[in-house]
Amino acid sequence: MKKYNNLTATLALAKASFRSIMRSPSAVVFTLAFPLIFILVFGFLGGGGTRIDVGVTPGSDVNNPIMGMLKKTGMIRLVKDKSNAEFDKLLEKGNVDAMIDVHRKVNSAAYSVNVVYTSASRDKGGILKSVLNNIFYDKTLKPTVAEIKESTITGREYKTIDFILPGQLGFSLLSTGVFGTAFVFLSLRQTLVIKRFFATPVRRSSIVIGEGIARIGFALIGALFIILIGHFFFGFTLVHGALTVVNMLILATMGIIVFMGFGFIISGIAKSESMVPPISNIITLPQFLLSGTFFSIEAFPSWLQPISRALPLTYLNDAMRKVAFEGLGLWDVKFQIMILLLWGIGIYAVAVKVFKWE
Amino acid sequence: METKKAIISVKDLVKKYDDFVAVQGLSFEVYEHEIFGLLGPNGAGKTTTLEIIETLRAKTSGEIIVDGFSVDKQPQDIKQIIGVQLQAAGYYPNLNLIELIELFAGLYGANIKPMEMLEKVNLQDKAKAKYKALSGGQKQRFSIATTLINQPKIIFLDEPTTGLDPQARRNLWDLIKEIRDAGTTVVITTHYMDEAEQLCDRVAFVERGQIIALDTPDNLIDQLVNSGFERKKEVKKANLEDVFINLTGQEWRE
Ligand SMILES: Nc1ncnc2c1ncn2[C@@H]1O[C@H](COP(=O)(O)OP(=O)(O)OP(=O)(O)O)[C@@H](O)[C@H]1O
Ligand SMILES: [Mg+2]
Repeated sequence: MKKYNNLTATLALAKASFRSIMRSPSAVVFTLAFPLIFILVFGFLGGGGTRIDVGVTPGSDVNNPIMGMLKKTGMIRLVKDKSNAEFDKLLEKGNVDAMIDVHRKVNSAAYSVNVVYTSASRDKGGILKSVLNNIFYDKTLKPTVAEIKESTITGREYKTIDFILPGQLGFSLLSTGVFGTAFVFLSLRQTLVIKRFFATPVRRSSIVIGEGIARIGFALIGALFIILIGHFFFGFTLVHGALTVVNMLILATMGIIVFMGFGFIISGIAKSESMVPPISNIITLPQFLLSGTFFSIEAFPSWLQPISRALPLTYLNDAMRKVAFEGLGLWDVKFQIMILLLWGIGIYAVAVKVFKWE
Repeated sequence: METKKAIISVKDLVKKYDDFVAVQGLSFEVYEHEIFGLLGPNGAGKTTTLEIIETLRAKTSGEIIVDGFSVDKQPQDIKQIIGVQLQAAGYYPNLNLIELIELFAGLYGANIKPMEMLEKVNLQDKAKAKYKALSGGQKQRFSIATTLINQPKIIFLDEPTTGLDPQARRNLWDLIKEIRDAGTTVVITTHYMDEAEQLCDRVAFVERGQIIALDTPDNLIDQLVNSGFERKKEVKKANLEDVFINLTGQEWRE
């Protein structure tokens, strides 16, 4: 007789489950639409959505701290390598919002900055004006390179999106993990799909692992999507670029595995599908509100903070922010990872007890 | 059936649900390459017996051997050589029939062409349909297709023709006979006696968890006739089902 292959069975299940998830509207809404709506709202509120295109006048000095500072605001994109004639056309249409020309002053360390705005893009010109004023106004009179350099170093602006996105990502992972897993296992059990599976040689572990692979895969695709949209449309900071993304996805994997444990527990204790949302909300809502999804937990009253600091999502959010914005490595957030791990052990210890197959 | 080699042997099978004894010491054998019918009223214990043989339920006591494998010690081996249609079962949500067959092929580790499986039960036109969108009869046919994926030695069909129209029923009989002729042993339950008479090589009557008769349909009928039984009403040369078939044709209905 041919040897039975557990891996084939597991992968067949993962594939089936993944297809099913992709076709289930609620999964897509929870994982993608919700977080994206919040990111959109906060992205625009926080100004992260504005992008100003500033043309660099041909012949302008480009290797100066001023250009660097403009770039670091995250709002301004410098357009280079075009002729004066081309720039004139772009300015006229408002495709470029302003022109900038920087020259070192004769016999001085100071720079003179010459900015031309366009009436085709008045509001963006206005924003640029205030940005320039904020950064340079006083210094243009008597600047020293040292001063500017100093502000460049600490000048990485912490934008709203940098706070909001990791929180939304964490919450997306939490809801997919909890709701998705709970619904799937409860309904597979109740509609006797699992019973039919048991008439095949498939192992129980293959069913759990196959489902897990599909859900993790789906959640990671969602996470990647959120990160990329945040980065390219709202200027979400990824300090080390792709490496940061990879680190975030590793954290996301840990998070979703822990959160799926809640889902296994709920599928075991819920008597019907209508009981899933209320029980799931008991788990997800407090974390949504208290784990620093929208506000830093430091802003909470001190009696509330210990509760916040007990929740797993708090640590996932914290680790995500540190990795994404501060550019820390995974080893630097080992404390957060350890707490998540402890939660995972606890949750799965309970899940093994209450999970039902029939 | 000349060889009469038993492929399933059930000895003193007992199943208790708490205090209720659903199966009370059943013993029977199913021979290789036959269609074996389990007949009996609702609640007699047919499904319970089948699912114990299929390793889906635990028995209280007794001994069951399926193709040399013991249900206690080698359930995995048994699962690989049987195909199972459950009286009540569901299929993975949001997948079409082809995808479901692919899934089962993976679960059985079988290498098959999904479309060919669907053709066997005349569902090729529904390949892209979801299971939920099938009619009752189509669902039954799909369930039977899933039992054939691993080219099993034995298939178990629990009321496969319930809810089917007369044509579909007849076509399913043909399919089941084909399966038997291809060398597969078939164990079937049904509430239709005409079906059992047409289809089954041997039948067992089960009541309250006990076998009250076991023989070929012919022998059982002869015994009854010999005991002096007569039908109350003279049978006409045709019945209403013949009228139905005659009026509506022989083909599968989609
Ligand atoms: N899970 C269960 N728990 C308790 N009692 C059960 C269970 N399953 C079946 N029974 C009981 O065992 C008896 C036999 O049930 P079973 O389903 O085997 O009958 P059956 O012969 O298949 O009937 P039907 O023709 O209606 O399908 C019934 O009285 C039923 O109520
Ligand atoms: Mg039954």
